[in-house]
Amino acid sequence: MALNTQPNLARPDDFYEALIDMHRDLDDARSQSANAQLILLLANHIGDHATLLEAIRYAREGVADASPEGGEVHPLAA
Amino acid sequence: MSINYQTLSFEYQPCREQSPQTGAKQTVYPVIVVGAGPVGLATAIDLAQQGVAVVLVDDDCSLSTGSRAICFSKRSLDIFDRLGCGDRMVDKGISWNVGKVFLKDELVYTFNLQPEAGHHRPAFINLQQYYVEGFLLERAQEMPNIEIRWKSKVVGVEQSGTPGTCDAAVTLTVDTPNGQYALRGRYVVAADGSRSPIRNLMGLDSKGVTFKDRFLIADVKMEADFPTERWFWFDPPFHPNQSVLLHRQPDNVWRIDFQLGWDADPVLEKTPERVIPRVRALLGPDAKFELEWVSVYTFSCLRMERFRHGNVLFAGDSAHGVSPFGARGANSGVQDAENLAWKLAMVLDGKASDALLDTYASEREFAADENIRNSTRSTDFITPKSPVSRVFRDAVLKLARHHPFARQLTNSGRLSVPAVLSDSPLNTVDRDSFAGLMVPGASCVDAPVQAAGDPAWLLRHLGQQFTGVLFCGDKGIDAATEAALNALRTSAIPLKLVVIASGDTKPPAIADVTILRDAEGLAGARYDALPGTFYLIRPDQHVCARWRQLEPLAVEHALKRALCVEGTA
Repeated sequence: MALNTQPNLARPDDFYEALIDMHRDLDDARSQSANAQLILLLANHIGDHATLLEAIRYAREGVADASPEGGEVHPLAA
Repeated sequence: MSINYQTLSFEYQPCREQSPQTGAKQTVYPVIVVGAGPVGLATAIDLAQQGVAVVLVDDDCSLSTGSRAICFSKRSLDIFDRLGCGDRMVDKGISWNVGKVFLKDELVYTFNLQPEAGHHRPAFINLQQYYVEGFLLERAQEMPNIEIRWKSKVVGVEQSGTPGTCDAAVTLTVDTPNGQYALRGRYVVAADGSRSPIRNLMGLDSKGVTFKDRFLIADVKMEADFPTERWFWFDPPFHPNQSVLLHRQPDNVWRIDFQLGWDADPVLEKTPERVIPRVRALLGPDAKFELEWVSVYTFSCLRMERFRHGNVLFAGDSAHGVSPFGARGANSGVQDAENLAWKLAMVLDGKASDALLDTYASEREFAADENIRNSTRSTDFITPKSPVSRVFRDAVLKLARHHPFARQLTNSGRLSVPAVLSDSPLNTVDRDSFAGLMVPGASCVDAPVQAAGDPAWLLRHLGQQFTGVLFCGDKGIDAATEAALNALRTSAIPLKLVVIASGDTKPPAIADVTILRDAEGLAGARYDALPGTFYLIRPDQHVCARWRQLEPLAVEHALKRALCVEGTA
């Protein structure tokens, strides 16, 4: 199952608003915890390992100045 | 009167090499094992059982100080059974299968490491290392071809001869209370522990990661009614922000393992003034207990790049090290021992080429990597190495209280299971189609059977030498099959033969063939057997090859492959 990066959200603007709303009144630590819990919940829903690795790779590539150390393979992919 | 294995002390005795009459004549022993811990003792017993004379040297004269390794896995127990001391271990040990994980004071996850019936041994026993060593030592002392030399410290190692040939040998310089002497052997097994003097003498190292955390072991003697389960707490109220592990040992001793953090003072934290309040916080203000043994430790995950260096073979902690969460240290060392012993015996007997010993290294390096990977993952969960790793760990624990999926991510130590050596060059790749877990390279699982009408266990009949197992179902054995079995029994590498029958069939008695009855059908199910299925099992109870139909020629090829004998390419 390839990661679907085509438009797939039923209600994109509502989703985005809800995502930002999730963080309302949270300090930085709580926001981080909420994000982490959200990632874990969604990852479990997806389930398929290859799809998750693809998402992890895109996320990592999307970090502007992150210099992947010598093109190292992610340990989870090994 | 029971023996106090903690205080036993063994006498140094001058050996033959130190006597002026016989010392001049240099004996070359087949195998010298260095280190009388669980790994060295298991190696020596296994070799001796296979007819190889062993000299076992140890720099000390006592058994393990403190309980140390306490969790011995089913696979280790199966090995101890084959070595003739499994019953003693299990009779004394505390058997357990269930682990529980708590977050604060709430149970979030329960796992059962052996959820099915029909196995002789439990998933684990807890037993202090000095008992394990004591029982192994008493078994070794029964064997006339093991000579144990205490207070004999190896201070020099020199290899000679052409590697891979019969004249390759190792000369150890051994220091004793009576001075030094030279001890020569064809092969040396370095089971001399994590600080391996032999590794150092040879200028080798074991590399990896050291974790920045400290843990306190408090072995506490008390009457308590906790169940015999492994209990692990994250952030309990009695020890906030850290983890705690509680485990029962024999003699009313309980292992309590407190995470302390990197900044803890290892000397101060060992004092009773610091330890007792921590224990009291867990047990309650009125608890009556005595401290049996206290230790503060850090740990590393490391391994040597190669476990074989010429005729010196490294086994156990000298070759690899893991964190204690997962019980993968001593258990993997005992598996090293059994992997190595039969290979050494076959090479020394001229039945296998010296290249077979290279597969000891490759198979056990693979297993060590698996152990290190699991141990590192557990450690990353218990001791997160970065702020974001901590955020995810805590998020998993928070989710685990309400959402079942997060419980499978909760990692308080993934407990030792034997590695499946699926890529081993000794395996013959399946030609026929099979389902289930008993793939070539897997260690054999147990099953209840009947032998001569009495209840018995399958594993007791496998291994020690190459074993052929024929599942004949309820079809019995025809004349052609009987002839094939006889050919295997008398070939150059004679097979031990086991026939497993189901239903009410009575296979004919064949000389030296053990007939077992699969009364509950579990043996057949676990090995995905059909009538005619034949398994070739290694001396260390690993599946080597299997077929739907017994063909002696195919078995012979598989045996040659498993012994690294020419002509199997």
